[in-house]
Amino acid sequence: MLEAHNIEIARGNRRLFSSLSFALAPGTLLLVTGSNGSGKTSLLRTLCGLLAPTAGEIRWQGENIRSLREEYWKHLVYIGHANALKDELTASENLGALCALSGTEPRAEQRRLALAHFGLADREHVPVKVLSQGQRRRTALARLALSTMQPLWVLDEPFAALDNAAQLQAQDIIARHLTAGGMVVMTTHQDVQIPAGSTAELNLDQSAGR
Amino acid sequence: MNALLRAVIRRDLLLAWRRRSDIATVILFFVIVISLFPLGVGPEPNLLRTIAPGIIWVAALLACMLSVQYMFAADHADGVLDQMLLAATPLGVIVIARAFAHWLISGLPLVILSPILAIQFDLPAELSPVLTLSLLLGTPVLTLIGAIGAALTLGLRGGGMLLALLVLPLYVPVLILGAGAVDAVSAGLGGEAHLLLLAAQLVLAGAFAPWAIATALRISAE
Repeated sequence: MLEAHNIEIARGNRRLFSSLSFALAPGTLLLVTGSNGSGKTSLLRTLCGLLAPTAGEIRWQGENIRSLREEYWKHLVYIGHANALKDELTASENLGALCALSGTEPRAEQRRLALAHFGLADREHVPVKVLSQGQRRRTALARLALSTMQPLWVLDEPFAALDNAAQLQAQDIIARHLTAGGMVVMTTHQDVQIPAGSTAELNLDQSAGR
Repeated sequence: MNALLRAVIRRDLLLAWRRRSDIATVILFFVIVISLFPLGVGPEPNLLRTIAPGIIWVAALLACMLSVQYMFAADHADGVLDQMLLAATPLGVIVIARAFAHWLISGLPLVILSPILAIQFDLPAELSPVLTLSLLLGTPVLTLIGAIGAALTLGLRGGGMLLALLVLPLYVPVLILGAGAVDAVSAGLGGEAHLLLLAAQLVLAGAFAPWAIATALRISAE
């Protein structure tokens, strides 16, 4: 259970929003919407604990994430705007390095399957620098297929640069995660239909407090 | 935790191997700077022998500062640093692994090359082991202190200059003790005191620098 209590976030001198509260139960998808610059990415980074809210607190299983630290992060997968891929490493090596950070060690076979799920079966051993934008995004998302043990996924524009087929694959993985009792927070500009679980929407344009 | 240490070190070594021209630049810089001095100063053997430890140490110090600048920059730009900040293992442990890998890549080659480069200065053979040992103890300290500076200046415009201003004063004790160890042995005093103090600096830096680097990296993400 992830809860936000009256959080306020400011970037520079500008207050993005204040007194924002919500709770996310297992099996729920929280869709964060809002215009450009409304603070979607800042909210997501705050939920991860990368940014500190200027007021209020975020709790995981009833405890403030700033005191939980690694205890919280081991339950979390964050995929940001940047794909967090190294150009010189292959897709498979990149996945291995990212999973090692979250404390899992998928075997080469598992990584191959995860990449194949996103249609990268034949691109597994080429350096990421020769992949297209969409293929890089697919590689970054392939990590989700290896992260079923982490209940909370925080995804910033996961469908950016993806074609329709890959979008459906990603939605399918998210839906399966929700059915298994996972929690997903994501921002998107696309229309998404994720059949499983319950979906809550948080529009930052409406909750802007300035 | 051991698995993570291994994974981080392996990743950094693999990346360094695939970008080997970057390391070659640092090592060539070290070799060229040292080789210029005998050419510039002239073939006066006594003078060359006297200045050898200082020159080699200053070159090692500058080469370390040159390489440490980019220790976190690429990870910061491509988002990997965020993933390290959100890792299931304490950030300090990851920082130790990265600093060790960085030293293996850009510090250890300098240590290995230094006795060979010392021949240009006609440094007596019995002084070579002291020089190597002082660099072996000193270069990890340079890496750790430099990494604090690199983490503090991450994402800043003109960070390179600021890094030099921050880090060079902190390098001074290492330089004095390192070059001093060789001088002390050549004067017949024995270099134990200098080397022990260098080792103490290494222990101190090893204990506190990872924590300082981790804190600075967290601030850079805000």
